[in-house]
Amino acid sequence: MRDTMDELKGKNVSDGTNPTHLHAVPARAARVHGEKLLDGQRQADGAGGPEEEQFSLNDDRRVKILSPGALVAKRFFRNRLAVTGLSILVFMFLFSFVGGLVSPYTEAQIFYRYDMQRKEFASVTENTEFRFAAADSARFDAIIQAQMILAIQKQSETFSYRDTDYSLKNEGNDLYSLSVAGESAPIGIAFKDIVSPSTAGEDLSFDFRFAALRAAAAGESAFSAEGVDYTLDETGGIFRGNEEYAYVSRYVVQAIMPDVFLTRAFKEELTDTIAEDSEKFLFTDADGVEHEYSITYDAATKAWSVLQATETRKFDTYSAPSREHWLGTDRNGMDMLTRLMYGGRVSLIIGFIVVIIETVIGVILGGISGYFGKWVDNLIMRIVDIFYCIPSMPIIIILGAAMDAMRVDPQIRMLYLMLTLGFLGWPSIARLVRGQILSLREQEFMTATEACGVRVSRRIFRHLIPNVIPQLIVICTMGIGSTMLTEATLSFLGLGVKFPFASWGNIINDVNDTFVMTSYWFIWIPAGVLLLLTVLAFNLVGDGLRDAFDPKMKR
Amino acid sequence: MRKYIIKRILISIVILFFVAFIIYALMRSLPTSYIETVARQKSMQPGSKSFEEWMEQLTKMYNMDKGIIPGFFGWLGNMLRGEFGDSWKWTVPVTQKFHETVWVSFTMGGIAFVLELLIAIPLGILAATKQYSKTDYAVSIIALAGISLPTFFFASLLKLVFSVKLGWFDLFGLVGRNYDYLSTVGQILDKAQHLVLPILTLVVISMGSLMRYTRTNMLEVLSADYIRTARAKGLSEHKVIYRHAFRNTLIPLVTTVGGSLPGLFAGALITETLFAIPGIGYASYHSMISGDIPFSMFYLVFLAVLTLAGNLISDILYCVVDPRVRIA
Repeated sequence: MRDTMDELKGKNVSDGTNPTHLHAVPARAARVHGEKLLDGQRQADGAGGPEEEQFSLNDDRRVKILSPGALVAKRFFRNRLAVTGLSILVFMFLFSFVGGLVSPYTEAQIFYRYDMQRKEFASVTENTEFRFAAADSARFDAIIQAQMILAIQKQSETFSYRDTDYSLKNEGNDLYSLSVAGESAPIGIAFKDIVSPSTAGEDLSFDFRFAALRAAAAGESAFSAEGVDYTLDETGGIFRGNEEYAYVSRYVVQAIMPDVFLTRAFKEELTDTIAEDSEKFLFTDADGVEHEYSITYDAATKAWSVLQATETRKFDTYSAPSREHWLGTDRNGMDMLTRLMYGGRVSLIIGFIVVIIETVIGVILGGISGYFGKWVDNLIMRIVDIFYCIPSMPIIIILGAAMDAMRVDPQIRMLYLMLTLGFLGWPSIARLVRGQILSLREQEFMTATEACGVRVSRRIFRHLIPNVIPQLIVICTMGIGSTMLTEATLSFLGLGVKFPFASWGNIINDVNDTFVMTSYWFIWIPAGVLLLLTVLAFNLVGDGLRDAFDPKMKR
Repeated sequence: MRKYIIKRILISIVILFFVAFIIYALMRSLPTSYIETVARQKSMQPGSKSFEEWMEQLTKMYNMDKGIIPGFFGWLGNMLRGEFGDSWKWTVPVTQKFHETVWVSFTMGGIAFVLELLIAIPLGILAATKQYSKTDYAVSIIALAGISLPTFFFASLLKLVFSVKLGWFDLFGLVGRNYDYLSTVGQILDKAQHLVLPILTLVVISMGSLMRYTRTNMLEVLSADYIRTARAKGLSEHKVIYRHAFRNTLIPLVTTVGGSLPGLFAGALITETLFAIPGIGYASYHSMISGDIPFSMFYLVFLAVLTLAGNLISDILYCVVDPRVRIA
């Protein structure tokens, strides 16, 4: 039965009654009616080999038989533009799908670089203000401290506050002690020199500090506090026996990070360097490692800040093309070339899936509409009209913005994107299929299928649809290109494919930053060129296929 | 003819009704909205009502408390009375914002359209008359490249070359920094200068398809019998192409060109956004991403009307231009 039908279809074609359907030649029939090349002609081209034989005129071997597929292929490959397009496509597919496997890096692999960064390490201030220390369990609050400063400025030795008389005693240069009148033990001291412990974590008692400051102010070389004897050297070091216990200094050196303990040697050398007005400071620590610091003075706060150059690990952003990264790295420190490969994969896959969705819906609805006609056709065509009127780009932008607000997972988002694009894109395919089928169903081979009692679904999808396939292939090829453009535009606006997934559109997104646009061409120009070439190639191939399927073509 | 037009208009209205409903349902189903954002902001202010109370008040104020179907009919009723409400994003009536922006878009689109016609049609004819020549290949490639060029990429390239490297134009905006101090002529020139790059983008992106359309139709006409007759009569090639062939090519051209005229009011969403030209496309893009339902609804329905009008115009023109077409 199939044979009869193919015969019928073939006849219809060979009669040439309806030239628009010539390209729909079924394979079997065309083998009879296919293009014939004279053998002699072929041999003339081939410079005439030794196997030159003479066949009789009705010998089958004189005739070269080409299937319709081969005819189309022959016409296609004769078109130089189409072949260029095809080779670009082959390159893009290899680049995207094989490139990702060959590349030593992965899609979202982040690279780091080490940078010498000057970080603030310590700050130094020369103490010019009085500082206060209260004796253990004594009441020495801020008001009394203020009264004490007033008394020091007035150089008076006593003052009273709240019914209590206090007596002030000058213990030496910039060192005062305060006691309640009539009592000998001081309740607090005011000082400018600072006593710091030599080892980390040591807490110095009030009595020790007072004794040490008094000794330092008086220029004594030994003192005792809390029953222990200490010696004091000229530079301010305080020793308990041979071991350095604490030291006295006018400079306050504080580390910026709380976990860093600054040794006395460091502080001493630092203050010496500051006194010399030097801006560089080299210090060799106890382990013999030399560190380099730079010193800056800030007149506003009257403080020196010590900056240490440390190696910092940071994202290797926007690094220029190099041997490791042929196209540099992007904003997140990812290899650009690898991102491009994976981006191409995403862009191409989205293009294909969307077109497949469009085609499936379009073919089914268009086929039903064209075959049944009447009210079914009317209904489906009005639905098509409605879908035609829905402005797709704004709708997708709105959905994208909504998905942004909902924080949809990037992977699911990609799925939604494909579904929306596919669902909004089918009407043109439905129209094409319907139009073709409307004229095809009036032809004799359809009458034959009816006479043979073929099922309706089989009539539509086995006998009508295959005859529309050439136009479908053309429109789908071009559709992939335009879908990729739409996807890229959306991703460019930040409403399509999202990080961490790469797409050629969202790679170019970086251009929104004018600085990137002007300074880092390697970030966005390659992606744009790849996108342009791919879409162009799809259009060229589609064009070539259209010409190849069309037997009216002269060449 | 009149009967046909009336029938088409009636069908268009039915289609428009459904399109508007679909769009309305879609806008209403969006999970987060402008209202929520505003309510959140308002409830953050010291001494303010709670978020829920603000939500309730604002929902009522913006007519969002009804279901989708009654809400849609309410919207439809207001729309028929010409009330489109106030834009949430721009805080002015929708129609006012529309008037402010649409003429910018129309000017830009109109200039681009005329340039497009002036470039695409002659090149398409040239390519068709010299089929398979180098010119034909060049035109085909230019046309396809124009179609394949991503708008945003081309616009960025133009900005890089002409704004950054050469410094001829500003990167963004419709007016320059000292616009207010310019004379009237100076202001017009300033705007014109700012429109050069967007128009160039539009022309390059959209001329490709018209070029190809012209070429295909011209080729079809050139293979017709009456062209052979004209040649057989011994007419000059010039006369054959411009008197006999071109006039017949005009039939499909006029219909498509006529059909795309309403589209001039639609604005160029992407191009305007990229160059920050305050046209209808730019305004609606920002409305859409911030969930401004009244303006987005208006714009989407407006686009649907434009599409329907375009189809109608091209169908009518087809009958008018080609006497062979008669409507039963």
